[in-house]
Amino acid sequence: MPTIGVLALQGDFEAHLAMLREAGAPGCEVRTAQAMEAVDALIIPGGESTTMLRLLRREHLWNALAQFGARKPIFGTCAGAILMANEVSHPQQESFAMMDIAVVRNGYGRQLDSRIVLLHPEPGHDAILGTNLEAVFIRAPIISRVGPEVEVLVRYNGDPVLVRQGHHLAASFHPELTTDHRIHAWFAASVRKHNSVTNSL
Amino acid sequence: MEPMNGRPNFAEKISEFRRLSDEQRKDFKLKVGLAEMLKGGVIMDVTTPEQAAIAEEAGAVSVMALERIPADIRKEGGVSRMSAIKMIRGIQECVSIPVMAKARIGHFTEARVLEALGVDFIDESEVLTPADEENHIDKRDFRVPFVCGARNLGEALRRVGEGAAMIRTKGEAGTGDIVEAVRHMRTIMKEIRIIQGMRADELPTAAKNHQAPLDLIEMVHRTGKLPVPNFSAGGIATPADAALMMSLGAETVFVGSGIFKSSDPLRHAKAIVKATTYWDDPFKVLEACEDIGEPMRGQSVAQTPEAELMAGRGW
Repeated sequence: MPTIGVLALQGDFEAHLAMLREAGAPGCEVRTAQAMEAVDALIIPGGESTTMLRLLRREHLWNALAQFGARKPIFGTCAGAILMANEVSHPQQESFAMMDIAVVRNGYGRQLDSRIVLLHPEPGHDAILGTNLEAVFIRAPIISRVGPEVEVLVRYNGDPVLVRQGHHLAASFHPELTTDHRIHAWFAASVRKHNSVTNSL
Repeated sequence: MEPMNGRPNFAEKISEFRRLSDEQRKDFKLKVGLAEMLKGGVIMDVTTPEQAAIAEEAGAVSVMALERIPADIRKEGGVSRMSAIKMIRGIQECVSIPVMAKARIGHFTEARVLEALGVDFIDESEVLTPADEENHIDKRDFRVPFVCGARNLGEALRRVGEGAAMIRTKGEAGTGDIVEAVRHMRTIMKEIRIIQGMRADELPTAAKNHQAPLDLIEMVHRTGKLPVPNFSAGGIATPADAALMMSLGAETVFVGSGIFKSSDPLRHAKAIVKATTYWDDPFKVLEACEDIGEPMRGQSVAQTPEAELMAGRGW
């Protein structure tokens, strides 16, 4: 069974690990390049993207993560999605360009604008994800543009909030802060699939 | 009821246990949710936009905007109040990480003003001069989350009962002496373990002895942790101090005077960020300790007159 690591430099990595346990795919914390090398997929949690970027640079994890993303699946939530985007504004900052999306940091505003809403996946995706996804937005970024390769799974007020490109997945909200582990279970299943395909090559 | 260990739906299970309405549940979850995002990071005291920029560059997860850092409040005396609005605004404009600000204990109008200003977290803080010697702010009534200081489990749970979404040890701010933060963290963790080992029919007496709400004592009994994230503050001056507090159970650290009273604030702040992330790796903490210049000189709590101590403010 493939192992999913959670980048644990900072943020709500414990919430992701607990969610993975509930989804039947226990994961592990990743703080070093060696630990990253040992996992089959990675979750980049919510937290502060600026803090994560600086630690990735200073602790020499930048190249390891970039190379990881080229080969293996990554799921980013909130700050994680910001790191995966190819264009970040408000303010502009560097990122890994793993997905063809543009994000506006804190696009929904400050903490007073944080909110919890019920969302329904786009037609065609409700069969996999079901309906009534509780989406927790905390100082969340807005995904303002998606490229032609990007599939929008869920929207809120017209903006994409859960998107997929190849084996990568990004959410501007926090599925890890709910009781609903459907998205984590679905990611774990797609990792298993990805692994069986790459292993059989 | 199933055990409530593990974090994903911790806030959810607590809401269920406390029979919160759907609206209260969402409110609690959003407040605790922001605290979750700060975990494993360093929150730094800053007094100017320039310092805030240094903190962000160093990798702080949040900044606490205040007029004077605790070491200066201690030295200069006078009444310490909520910071100047212009200064807080300047900091909000200059950084993208969450901005916190302090209100005096019991001063709900200062808190309303900070909420209107759109700060992301309010610290109802013993570092400022208390405005009310009997009542803390009723924090349930606000949409902005609050953090409060505590020296023991009872104090922590009283604050949670009033609506705090995050607890931090009080320590002894502005001293650079870690001894009180250690005492408070150890006390809270030890009292949690004792409650956890009790029989259910002993909890009402425990609630009485801790002067804490019974439902929160019952929750600690069941989960073995505080109902909200547990951070540490008050006297953290070096990377090793930060790693020590993380090892004792802190989920994030606040560093006040320790950074901007050191000889090289940016280097010092970076080293504390590193030691906080890698607190359980002595080689990384070693690298962090090697990176710093001269830490703040500090002032021993044992040699500080009782009347000058801040941790006794609030109850």
